[in-house]
Amino acid sequence: MKRKHTRSKAALIALTPTWAAVIVVYLGTMVWSVTLSFTNSRLFPSWNFVGFEQYSKLFQTAKWLVSFQNLIIFGVLYVFGCLFVGFLLAAALDRRVRFESAFRTIFLYPYAMSFVVTGLIWQWMMNPTLGVQASVRALGWQSFTFDWIINRDLAIYAVVIAALWQGAGLVMILVLAGMRGIDGEQWRAARIDGIPVWRTYVSIILPQLTPAFAAAGTLLSMGVIKTYDIVVALTNGGPGSATEVPAKFIMDNLFQRQNLGLATAAATILLLTVLIIVAPFRYAQHIRARRQAGTL
Amino acid sequence: MKRMTMLLAGTILLGAAGLANADDKLKAEVFTSWTSGGEGRAVDAIKKEFEKRGGVWESSTIAGFENANAAFQNRLVAGDPPTAKQVVVGKDPAEFIEQGLMNPMDDVAAAGKWKDALPKALYDYITYDGKVYLTPTGIHGESWMFYSKDAFSKAAITEEPKDWDAFFADMDKLKAAGLTPIAWGGQGWQEVKVFNMVLLSQVGMDGFMKIYVEKDQAALTSDGVKKALEIFGKMRTYVDQGSAGRNWNDATAMVITGKAGVQFMGDWAKGEFTAAGKVADKDFGCAISPASPGLIYIADAFGYLKTNDANQDAAQKLLAEVVMDPAVQVEFSLNKGSIPARIDVDKSKFDACTQKGMAFMAEGKIVPEHAITTTPEQVGALTDFIGEFWANPSADIDASVAQFAAIFE
Repeated sequence: MKRKHTRSKAALIALTPTWAAVIVVYLGTMVWSVTLSFTNSRLFPSWNFVGFEQYSKLFQTAKWLVSFQNLIIFGVLYVFGCLFVGFLLAAALDRRVRFESAFRTIFLYPYAMSFVVTGLIWQWMMNPTLGVQASVRALGWQSFTFDWIINRDLAIYAVVIAALWQGAGLVMILVLAGMRGIDGEQWRAARIDGIPVWRTYVSIILPQLTPAFAAAGTLLSMGVIKTYDIVVALTNGGPGSATEVPAKFIMDNLFQRQNLGLATAAATILLLTVLIIVAPFRYAQHIRARRQAGTL
Repeated sequence: MKRMTMLLAGTILLGAAGLANADDKLKAEVFTSWTSGGEGRAVDAIKKEFEKRGGVWESSTIAGFENANAAFQNRLVAGDPPTAKQVVVGKDPAEFIEQGLMNPMDDVAAAGKWKDALPKALYDYITYDGKVYLTPTGIHGESWMFYSKDAFSKAAITEEPKDWDAFFADMDKLKAAGLTPIAWGGQGWQEVKVFNMVLLSQVGMDGFMKIYVEKDQAALTSDGVKKALEIFGKMRTYVDQGSAGRNWNDATAMVITGKAGVQFMGDWAKGEFTAAGKVADKDFGCAISPASPGLIYIADAFGYLKTNDANQDAAQKLLAEVVMDPAVQVEFSLNKGSIPARIDVDKSKFDACTQKGMAFMAEGKIVPEHAITTTPEQVGALTDFIGEFWANPSADIDASVAQFAAIFE
């Protein structure tokens, strides 16, 4: 009994810095930001409370609504696009192709680059007067058009393409690692039964890759919320405000527009969105865990 | 271990000695966003004179005015402000001053008789609550239309367009000659400047002040605004496909090389022409935008941060003196393409374009840009609105006028 007591005390001491960090650094800044969102702070924090004024202003701001819509379009296409393309790449490499490691390096290479670099490269490639469109036209196909980046309806998809190019490699590596962990006997069995290769992938391999997909999906989703630098480098939110994203909206209001109150209100909404998406997911996991444990 | 400690202590001592040495000289860390060729040489004019008078210049240059601002605010919040910062006269530095973060330069201003040396309209804008805080480096005329003489002669255009109808007729000629009519910088802030030029030509100087200073609702929804949006929108068909997101100096380069006909930009673009060895009125022309009754201006200045360090305070006073030195003002403006803030300087060295600008100043035909008279938030909202309007060729004009007016409610 005494022994147990000392151990918990030691653990308590050991955990103190962690708790301090959690309370001060993580929760503290969060509470500070949320509090500021109820004030009329401009360039510097002020404690003049105005209730929900910043929030009502936020949802009357066209730019914020566009940003939020873009986050959803970008998020869904980017995460699922990366998972799909990454899986195809992994499946292709899994066929024991020649120069596999060379391909692997090439496909993973974009992921090693900063989003700013990716954004710039694609800005050049998608610029109608410099990049792909100009090159193809120079070859003689005069009517060829690839001007998504200057089209306000398509520009957000141009951002998706660039981000996809960057993110698919990561998924490929994770999924390939997962595939290599699958027993080769299953392949042999499937071949003996005369099951086509695609069918084997869909019905036998894919279900076993769930953990790899979950890991990749989590990493990508976190990237979606933070999306800022690729937009700044690629389109700077343009044309007009067609490719604005919430993180950029927050940064713009924090630094250029001297509007701390509105920026923190936007940040709070972003936090709430994450919670709303994560909560049902966590709840489902919780229920599943209890069911497995037999307590439900 | 002990040796290690000794070594460390020694290094720190040496470092401290080095610092003490530098302290004898007045060291100023100057924060700017001036990175282009002309801008760089302009700021060098101040640097050289500052060093000649015994100062040590340390430049912190960050490309892009807004990026520099963000970095600066981080420094400020961290309690490590630079000695001086490039600011735009108007509402931009107002909150720093209101919060007591800047040092007034009253005594330097009194000693140098700035009140007599500066135009009243400018002196009033660098004074907050009766104290002078900023030292203007120069005034920029913003509503210029630069054009390539080469391109104009290729398209058989003989004279500068006097109104917008003539302008669009000329643009059609340029298009027919296979050139890009308008070198368009596709960033929101540049588009707002073009819109302002058109607006000034449609509502006049009084109307312009009513809109941006008094925020008068009748003026904000007047026919002039509607016409301005129509003319501005018409320009969409005269720009090239690669204009989205283009920097102003890249657009200037298109005019310098004769690939494009005209560029609407502030007179800092002239610095690029000069840096490329082009001569005003010979290789390129400068006219104010068609049908304009005057010039829109903006003024750059230095502001001085409170550092609670006597050495820095002394450096600030020296820097303020240097910035306001008549010879430095001339040298700075010659490189940057601006007009000296002081009216008592030697005007003979300036080219035809600046002379034109000086004439407008002397006649009082100048109006302040919206960034001087409206809050950063409103500037941002206007930039969004114009950017969005430009990007959407099917934007409804009447609805757009209402949106424009709503910004200043």
